[in-house]
Amino acid sequence: MTRGIGLAVAWFALIGCIVFLLAPLVVTVGVSLSPSPVFQLPQGEISWRWYERLGRLDGLLDSVLLSLQIAAFATAVSLVLGTMAAIAVVRGTFPGRETLATFLVSPLMLPGLVIGIAMLQCFRALGLRDALPSLLIAHVIVVLPFVMRTLTAGLSLFDFSLLDAARTLGLSYPKAVIRVMVPVLAPSFITGGLFGFLASLDNYPISIFLTDVYHRTLPIQLLQYLGESPDPTVAAVSTLIIAMTALLLIVGDRLVGLNRMAGV
Amino acid sequence: MTRLGIGWLAVPACVFCLLVFALPLALLLLESLRDGQGWTLDGYRNFLGSAYSWQVTTRTLRLAVLTTLICIIIGYPAAFALARARGVWQALFVAALLLPLSLSVIVKAFGWTVLLRSNGVVNRLLMASGLTDAPMRLIFTETGLLIGIANIFLPFMVLPIFSVIRQIDPRLTDAAATLGAGPIHGFTRVVVPLTMPGVVAGVTLVFSMSIAAYVIPTLLMGDRYQTLSTTIATSFLYLQDPQRGSVAGVVLLVLSLLVVGASVVLARKVRATP
Repeated sequence: MTRGIGLAVAWFALIGCIVFLLAPLVVTVGVSLSPSPVFQLPQGEISWRWYERLGRLDGLLDSVLLSLQIAAFATAVSLVLGTMAAIAVVRGTFPGRETLATFLVSPLMLPGLVIGIAMLQCFRALGLRDALPSLLIAHVIVVLPFVMRTLTAGLSLFDFSLLDAARTLGLSYPKAVIRVMVPVLAPSFITGGLFGFLASLDNYPISIFLTDVYHRTLPIQLLQYLGESPDPTVAAVSTLIIAMTALLLIVGDRLVGLNRMAGV
Repeated sequence: MTRLGIGWLAVPACVFCLLVFALPLALLLLESLRDGQGWTLDGYRNFLGSAYSWQVTTRTLRLAVLTTLICIIIGYPAAFALARARGVWQALFVAALLLPLSLSVIVKAFGWTVLLRSNGVVNRLLMASGLTDAPMRLIFTETGLLIGIANIFLPFMVLPIFSVIRQIDPRLTDAAATLGAGPIHGFTRVVVPLTMPGVVAGVTLVFSMSIAAYVIPTLLMGDRYQTLSTTIATSFLYLQDPQRGSVAGVVLLVLSLLVVGASVVLARKVRATP
């Protein structure tokens, strides 16, 4: 009896959770398809007019391309730096490995705005005033913790004697790493890389301090649209972002499996 | 390559993080201790001496505590149901958690501005169900803000608890029952302690992220509602008052470090008492 009530509460909470979590997404998609200019869900008729107006949004395409470029760069650098550091932490015998791992993951737990202003002041003091290099460097700090976290988890399950086996069979050490370790760790690379990539694409608190007029990342541009022209064109942009995120997750699911991604 | 040599692999990442992450934070600390003339504690004196700053700090903390509470009250039972779901259903539920988690905060916040407006969906539902006669003011209120923040961070509570529950052997509760424990006793004495690592992980994530939330408060409350995060942003971007911003930044940083530190201690404690 009590068990039944407990289960009912749990299922009720889960269904409530899902409805609650999906509500803003559903509404955004709905508003983008409604002919009404005042943020209404479509009543009967569906219209693509807000999508046709996407081209009129100033600087949208530029900001998308800039954000993709930054995220791709930051993810690539983080995968290299993160993998090396994760191997050192998992395999090394030096003191302070735990502290080192915590340090490299810590940007994820600390307030983005604080990191942002700190970087702004430091970069200025060092004479770095250009937006693009600042953003590229800063976003590595955004992505690296995701890669570190999934890779240390993945590596601690990796059987390193496989590498010795590969070397006994005549592969050089770098070749053994590429041919044996990389494929086994692929799920960790994909999961860490994917979530890091998305975090970089969505980063606002750090980017806001480092952008200039010519380099506006997508989140900064989006927030500006919301401030100045609150019409459903923003809903159309948001719907495209939802679709892209869903697509990336589907790819991730095919390659790794959602359950495994959720376990991180 | 020797095992001793492997430690060197961490050097590039370490140097990079020291230069781009640790050094700026150290400089920020110095900046908060300086004004035009020289070293001074005035920034902190002004901050700690101002009733407004205290109000902003307690508001930030209250927001984070309430968000964490809401997330755990909904998220804890939901994680149990999620762990019991089978096959396709579980995959669908996990997908329904992962999509909002991976999605841009700005997109979700935009969705909530639409949902919460006075002629928005939430108010229409409330009125249609007869719970209220007139539209409730939700946007630009703390209630609306809490709904929005809880929505953003809820998946970060559910998933860590879920991944712990998944590993609990269901035979443990049966064993407790065989030993004469009632269902409530078996649950609170056997299952709940086993889920604590997940709870600590979830609480840490949700608390440390909601204490630093910036996009959601700005979009759902506007500029007049100041938290530590919005104080930092306005001091630097509009008021050109780097000292005030740095001090608020250091305060927020210290609070976050305390949370992370507490979580490390708690996680150890939880692991030590099975």
